[in-house]
Amino acid sequence: MEGRTIRFIRRGELVALSNVPPTRTLLELLREDLAATGTKEGCGEGDCGACTVVLGELEGPGDAPRIRYRAINACIRLAHSIDGLALWTVEDLAGPQGELHPAQEAMVQCHGSQCGFCTPGFVMSLFGMYQNHVARGNPVTRELAQQELSGNLCRCTGYRPILDAAQAMAQLPAVAVDEVALVAQLQLLQREASSNVCYLAPASLDGLLAARARHPHAQLVAGCTDVGLWVTKMHREFAQVLDVTRAAELRRVDTQGDRLRIGAAVTLADAFDALVAERPELATFAARFAGLPVRNSGTLGGNIANGSPIGDSMPLLIALRATIVLASTRGERELPLEDFYAGYRQTVLAPDEVLVWIKVPLASPLPSPPPRGEGVTSSPSPAAVGATVVAPSPAGGGSGWGLLRAYKISKRYDDDISAVCLVIEMRLDGRGVVADISIGAGGVAATPARARRTEDLLRGQPWTENAAQQAATMLRQEFQPISDMRASAAYRSQVLGNLVRRFWLETQGTEHINLERVIPELAPQAAGSAA
Amino acid sequence: MNMRATEFTSATGGGPAGPADAGERNLAPATQSPHRATSGGPACGVPRPHESARAQVAGSATYVDDIPEVKGTLHAAPILSTVAHGRLLAVDASAALAMAGVRGVVLADDIPGDPVLATFVHDEPVFARETVNHVGQVIGIVVADSVMQARRAARQVQVQIEPLPAVLSPREAHAAQSYVLPPVTVRRGEPEAALARSAHRLSGQLEVGGQEHFYLEGQVAYALPLEQDQWYIHSSTQHPGEVQHWVAHALGLENNAVTVECRRMGGGFGGKETQAGHMAVWAALAARKFGRPVKLRLDRDDDFLITGKRHPFAYDWEVGFDDAGLVTALKLTMLANCGFSADLSGPVADRAVFHVDNAYFLSDVEIASYRCKTNVQSHTAFRGFGGPQGVIAIEAILGDIARHLGLDPFDVRMRNLYGIEERNVTHYRMKVEDNILHPLLAKLEQTSQYRQRRAAIAAWNANSPVIKRGIAVTPVKFGISFTATFFNQAGALVHVFTDGSVQVNHGGTEMGQGLHTKIMQLVADELGVPFERVRVTPTETGKVPNASATAASSGTDLNGRAAQFAARNIRDNLAAFVCGLDGCGAGAVTFRGGEVITPSTTRSFDEVVKAAYANRIQLWSDGFYRTPKIHYDKTTLTGRPFYYFAYGAACSEVAIDTLTGESRVLAIDILHDVGTSINPAIDIGQIEGGFIQGVGWLTTEQLVWNGEGLLTTHAPSTYKIPATGDVPEHFRIELWPEPNPEDNVFRSKAVGEPPFMLAISVWEALREAASAALAGGAVRMDAPATPENVLRAVTGSLPGG
Repeated sequence: MEGRTIRFIRRGELVALSNVPPTRTLLELLREDLAATGTKEGCGEGDCGACTVVLGELEGPGDAPRIRYRAINACIRLAHSIDGLALWTVEDLAGPQGELHPAQEAMVQCHGSQCGFCTPGFVMSLFGMYQNHVARGNPVTRELAQQELSGNLCRCTGYRPILDAAQAMAQLPAVAVDEVALVAQLQLLQREASSNVCYLAPASLDGLLAARARHPHAQLVAGCTDVGLWVTKMHREFAQVLDVTRAAELRRVDTQGDRLRIGAAVTLADAFDALVAERPELATFAARFAGLPVRNSGTLGGNIANGSPIGDSMPLLIALRATIVLASTRGERELPLEDFYAGYRQTVLAPDEVLVWIKVPLASPLPSPPPRGEGVTSSPSPAAVGATVVAPSPAGGGSGWGLLRAYKISKRYDDDISAVCLVIEMRLDGRGVVADISIGAGGVAATPARARRTEDLLRGQPWTENAAQQAATMLRQEFQPISDMRASAAYRSQVLGNLVRRFWLETQGTEHINLERVIPELAPQAAGSAA
Repeated sequence: MNMRATEFTSATGGGPAGPADAGERNLAPATQSPHRATSGGPACGVPRPHESARAQVAGSATYVDDIPEVKGTLHAAPILSTVAHGRLLAVDASAALAMAGVRGVVLADDIPGDPVLATFVHDEPVFARETVNHVGQVIGIVVADSVMQARRAARQVQVQIEPLPAVLSPREAHAAQSYVLPPVTVRRGEPEAALARSAHRLSGQLEVGGQEHFYLEGQVAYALPLEQDQWYIHSSTQHPGEVQHWVAHALGLENNAVTVECRRMGGGFGGKETQAGHMAVWAALAARKFGRPVKLRLDRDDDFLITGKRHPFAYDWEVGFDDAGLVTALKLTMLANCGFSADLSGPVADRAVFHVDNAYFLSDVEIASYRCKTNVQSHTAFRGFGGPQGVIAIEAILGDIARHLGLDPFDVRMRNLYGIEERNVTHYRMKVEDNILHPLLAKLEQTSQYRQRRAAIAAWNANSPVIKRGIAVTPVKFGISFTATFFNQAGALVHVFTDGSVQVNHGGTEMGQGLHTKIMQLVADELGVPFERVRVTPTETGKVPNASATAASSGTDLNGRAAQFAARNIRDNLAAFVCGLDGCGAGAVTFRGGEVITPSTTRSFDEVVKAAYANRIQLWSDGFYRTPKIHYDKTTLTGRPFYYFAYGAACSEVAIDTLTGESRVLAIDILHDVGTSINPAIDIGQIEGGFIQGVGWLTTEQLVWNGEGLLTTHAPSTYKIPATGDVPEHFRIELWPEPNPEDNVFRSKAVGEPPFMLAISVWEALREAASAALAGGAVRMDAPATPENVLRAVTGSLPGG
């Protein structure tokens, strides 16, 4: 069929493939059409990372562009979505005489491969880290490696040697990508924008809205980290796909007045970076959102529009009082995020509409809760370290304080879906009265939800232990969670209230209440010894 | 010449690799402990990288699905039961057959040979016939031109099933006396009388969940028709010989018509011991029906639904003990959830019985083992093979005893250890001759600073209202040998070519554990040639026949010795040849560093080989090994089932959140016994990997079947194996410095399974933390310790939960 061509740069050369169906995955393209079997399928749902490859994309101003490197899952990525990009697979890293790339050599020397099946995925995640950190002169710490590899599963090694390899890459002779040549190639590709009728990827917002109006039945994708599973697991085929992620206006984060405006096509990785830059205490929550390859493909708009009751960005954005903008050729409308959801996986999005912006109020400095209670030391308490700085409420005067906490409860710490997600932002006035509160909850109802009754109960009340207890009880009454493979209804309900208890303790500056900050009880001798 | 070998035996140890080329930079992150110099040759004892490492990192290591497809290859996908138990009334494939690319279906009627798999008990149909026995049971397969066509079509096959009552838990099955195999009881002394006499008594129940293998490479087989009704099968299997046997049996052919090859697996862990055979049989049946090559690669979700897991266990126990925590009597009932057929459940449940003692002497004891039949997947081998399910029972009991008496659990464990001169006979009547538990535990107690940390943690907990920490040391004593004595045999072939290069082939399979690497090291040293001169070739039933499964941690012990013997035969031939040239005795010839040295002359190995060939000396040989000393009575489970024991101990520190039940592992110290290590890097890799896999079993990895018997944790999105964030920075492994006292290959010890059970230290540490939350009270906690199970343990119960 006309217009089914995909063009991308691999190994410094243009690859052009025609007649690619719109639902063919990048992994199928690699393994079956290009016989590039180095990239493996482990799960077909973007959860194991065996299929990780790296994409290169032009970024920055037209006169000084640079390459942005992203490790992504090939198994749930539609092949057409890499049109116009650069691609690296595990076969593409070694030199002409087979000299291994530092990402590969470090894995060999640190014994990072056993069965070897996850290895190509790890190597590609390491290559992404190499380009994004080592090649820019920044070290790869154990913590960074742990975060950026959390989307790659290994069943053999126990990860220690792989984390060692990540930290060791920089010690090996450097290998550089010829970015000058690659930029020129990608610019050439961009000028020859393809017109692809079965896979529409308009480059502008106007183009996107026009296409949406013309093709209301096309499957909308915005990163495809969930729709990809409809293809691989539910065996769906789409005659036509409309990809929102190439619309330039929707790929930006900017500030409009007192609000941060995030384009719907901004990746989850970049969107969380922007939110964390505003509110550093969200860093842990952001790092625990899926694995990096999913955050690199998935978009904030896609996560919201997908409407899953267990997505983690919505409880956060609801608590931050985010609004969203829906647009069509008829015009725009803006609504609070919680009003977007009409039922289980149902939204108010009209057939000709596209979610275009997410607007989040900016944070502004306000003191953290003052440390109180016995046993509090003069150094910043763990709670104070994590305490947020939120905007003063109009009623609060200058002496109030605020706290934002985002809690995620899951079986596994990293790359898991919440059994319960609860985000609370509270502001107290100078008299210790709750001036404002917003609570977003996930995993406890058919949609991401705002805990309005609990908010109403607390608003205007003095923030006391009794008030917190009442709030816990109310929160448990407000939601009727279900039992599933992630947790029982009883557990979810219990934890909802217990998290309010934790929030209370955090406002009181109680120490040692965050698991991620507990360090082992090792005497200096044991900690310093290698044996 | 391998310049690196001696360098690495002395200092750098397990962390770094010996780079392939001298002069390359050695990264050497020295996080793991040095290993001692050994008396071995230059290849053995060296932390060499895995023989496939360079290919694996380059993406050029081939797995079954990567083999270039023969023209005309078709693809298959399974038709699954959606009912846990029912009468299979009809299968209507018309909708599927009408779909593009679909070639047809293969059902039970298409089986030319035996429609029941050639398993020991002969109780498992190739395809469901008449009844279905679990959700996910395979009823047939759809064959199509592409994988996705086959998978789409398989969902369109209409299967009519009349539901029957299903049994989903082992306790239900036990109540109904529904078993796949008869119960077994092992008894010593008078446990009832001893219980009555005991100063203290406790009783309890425990439920321990199963575990999905989650090999990264899913199950796959590729069946190719050859001429004259012969078949070539590429299989990702730990047991090519059994795949060969099963395929021949289903096709109604003799074994000599089927050849099975496995170059490597993308992980096995026991999950490809019997389970891989199913894929091969299904693919072969389709290949026969359509006369075309057929590949069957399971989607991950189907793999979860179809294949067996680690056996979940339920326990009832009653224990008697004295004031010091010494166990004086034990009665234990173990209910193994075997699923719908026997598979390997008999030997798995046996090994659980054998390992209830773990490291401890049980004087008056009765262990009753029930092999419960349920309407779920047929549970199978998984690293430890029932051992973990035995060990966790006694460790849980000792933890409970210590907390009941207010004693340090470490002291209670030390008090119960096997003795040296007395209290040294297991409940299955095997004498523990090589006991190193006392010095090993004492050393770990020191190096981990267990006592100081335990005191510091108690003080910390006293001031911490929400987070509680715990620390625990648990040992392991794991019996090495297949309990089915006849499996303890192996063969190998070594070829020396006229240029002096060496090929080795053996009956073991490579699943990532480094077996091939170790065998190349052993053969290199036996012939005195550099490691680089030796290559290993894919495991193939046509080369070494009748090989046992690569399982029971025995791969190197068995195949390594067989390969060593094969190489020794060639060396003897060459030695006799040069003796003739130089007029010396054979004992005066040494093979070292690629040279053959007699008192008068030093020649290169290549030169000797070339001359020997010209003189018509045999340059290839087989080797065969069978494990000595072992025997046991299958009916009473008594005798010497194991050649030796592997030992180890771990100290783990954890923290729990009493508001949510979440937990973190904070620090791990391990001291483990691998005898003299053939390859310290590989052995440390096995210890670390096995330990973390064990942590997964006991913490995040939860299998959830719903009320209809559907496994709802179906893929990595819902079934959570450990990820990078679950491994603490403080993760120290030290190797015990003594050789294996038994005459095992290179005086090494098997390492694949024993470290898995060290993860029980994490579970016991979690129970210590929970006990701290309960102000020292008794802890009832089931495994895995998910946040929900931990919260239930620290709150007594959950409302409605």
